Amino acid sequence: MLASANILVGGVFHAAVLFLVAAGLQIVFGVQKIVNLACGSFYALGAYFGISALAWAAAFEVPAIAYIPILVGSGLLLAIVLGPSVERLLRLIYDRDEHFQILLTFALVLIFEDAIRLIWGAVPLQTINVYFAFGELRIASDLAIPNYNLIVIAAAALISAAFGWMLRRTRFGRIVRATAENKQMSEALCVDVSKVYMAVFTLGVALGTVGGALVVPAGAASIDMGVELIVDAFAVVIIGGLGSMPGALIGALIVGFVRSAAIWLYPEFELLAIYVIVITVLIVRPQGLLARTA
Amino acid sequence: MTTSTAPIAARTASAGTLKRALALPALLFLVIFLFPFIAGPHYVILMFSAMGYAIALLGLNLLFGYTGLLSLGHAMFLAIGAYTAGYMTSTRITNFELILLVAVAIGATVAVPIGLLCIRYVKIYFAMLTLAFSMLLYSFLFKFYHLTGGDEGIRIKVPTLTAWDLSGLDTLSVLTGPLYYYVFALLVLLTALMRCLTGSSLGLQLRAIRENQQKAEYLGVNVKRYRLVAFVIAAVYGVLGGVIIAIPVGLADPTIAYWVQSGNLIFMLLLGGYTNFLGPLLGAVVFIFFQDQLMSFTEYWRLTFGVILVMIVIFFPNGLMAAVDRGRWWST
Repeated sequence: MLASANILVGGVFHAAVLFLVAAGLQIVFGVQKIVNLACGSFYALGAYFGISALAWAAAFEVPAIAYIPILVGSGLLLAIVLGPSVERLLRLIYDRDEHFQILLTFALVLIFEDAIRLIWGAVPLQTINVYFAFGELRIASDLAIPNYNLIVIAAAALISAAFGWMLRRTRFGRIVRATAENKQMSEALCVDVSKVYMAVFTLGVALGTVGGALVVPAGAASIDMGVELIVDAFAVVIIGGLGSMPGALIGALIVGFVRSAAIWLYPEFELLAIYVIVITVLIVRPQGLLARTA
Repeated sequence: MTTSTAPIAARTASAGTLKRALALPALLFLVIFLFPFIAGPHYVILMFSAMGYAIALLGLNLLFGYTGLLSLGHAMFLAIGAYTAGYMTSTRITNFELILLVAVAIGATVAVPIGLLCIRYVKIYFAMLTLAFSMLLYSFLFKFYHLTGGDEGIRIKVPTLTAWDLSGLDTLSVLTGPLYYYVFALLVLLTALMRCLTGSSLGLQLRAIRENQQKAEYLGVNVKRYRLVAFVIAAVYGVLGGVIIAIPVGLADPTIAYWVQSGNLIFMLLLGGYTNFLGPLLGAVVFIFFQDQLMSFTEYWRLTFGVILVMIVIFFPNGLMAAVDRGRWWST
């Protein structure tokens, strides 16, 4: 009972954050056809920037309830600064072989890793006391869930819902989907594709930075968190199917639960189990579980 | 990416052109050969691992440069080589030739099933699948402490040679003397072998697959079989490189299998020039020495390397060798 409840909550928590980052990866792949290895770096940058923002806010003695908007806001701010400038760099190689596009994002991984080292140092950082400021939800005498985890799950669900609504229901969402479907046709219909690319990439960055900012109070920010997250985010998009948003959700839930279950039941199998699933999916259904096109 | 007209051109060229054509590779190998006489032990050890990387990159280039498949998991083969060396030397089997043979056998055995799965895909799916397999190996090496030593890894003792009695020498003089020249000979041999392979019909068919898979298939090239052959050869070069890289470190640890290591391998290849036969060699040497120099005066070497990689990708996709290359025999 205790273990299964912990696995459940831990799994959904992992999945919520993973989905945000994976959704960023998916939308950039869907529209720009670039697999962004640096999505993990944005996640790490978001986490560190979130710590700084909280430390800054603490000086003004803000109430605990303001922590979440501060974290989300810091993630968005970072994305608005970083997104357009990185997209400007990527624009130079849109017409190139996709291998070079991946390698450029790999270069960004190296650059951002040292940028973090330069700004925040190599020692892992923790936030001010946010995690316990929200207290915990006591379900049974031996089972308590930190409220912060539930807040992150709710926030991620809210962001995902808003994101989905934007893609499906708004004019901008229709333009994005049309550009993903057929870039030339969209251009012919007077869509300013370069603006769409910039907006989409910034959106992808924002999902990563906000994800990182939200998760950091529950743990610590470390130099390696970016490159480690890529591995999970890749697993999510392979399992779900490249470019598919529902796929990213299913993938994030699978990876989240498998990881959470492995941590509680058999820690040695944590990454191994995820990658066994990834390879099985690639062999049996290479386009992913929910890919739109084969 | 031009087709292979260069070898024929070189063969029919006059003696003078031929001499000039051979000058650069000869110079490169001469520098490596004379290196223990002109540089201090620290740099000789660096060159030792650079030779290991060069061997691994020669193989990787068959996959990336010739066949057009980007592997983000090639480090798994380096790890297989390194851990083979670790296991064997820790069980008192220190014979270098035997270690290499066993590593090749294991590498090829592992590469065939993995290759059979991976070569069904191209482009980004190939990259992701190879990354998945290397991370599978990484997590196994990292988590199964009682089998692999976990994050501490396995110690590697300095190997012995059949034809050369090393018993009177200390570790440093073995690495900078006999073993250095042994590895050098191996590098020359493997470079020549790769030259033969890429110059043969195999190289031509791989390039045909890279340029236009459907056309190649239509002309009767067995695409999957040739991709698999390229994958396995690349893996074998990778394990050989892995054994050599791990010896001066004296340790096989999981980081050698991490995906960032695979990314660095591709970086080296681009630095040297993947369109060029000798690009891997130059890339490995320049990367290793530049990294060493950079690390000695700044801890932010990744930042510099990242900026360099951005520059290469955007402005010089053909790498360093393109700067000195004028369609000579070593260009492909």
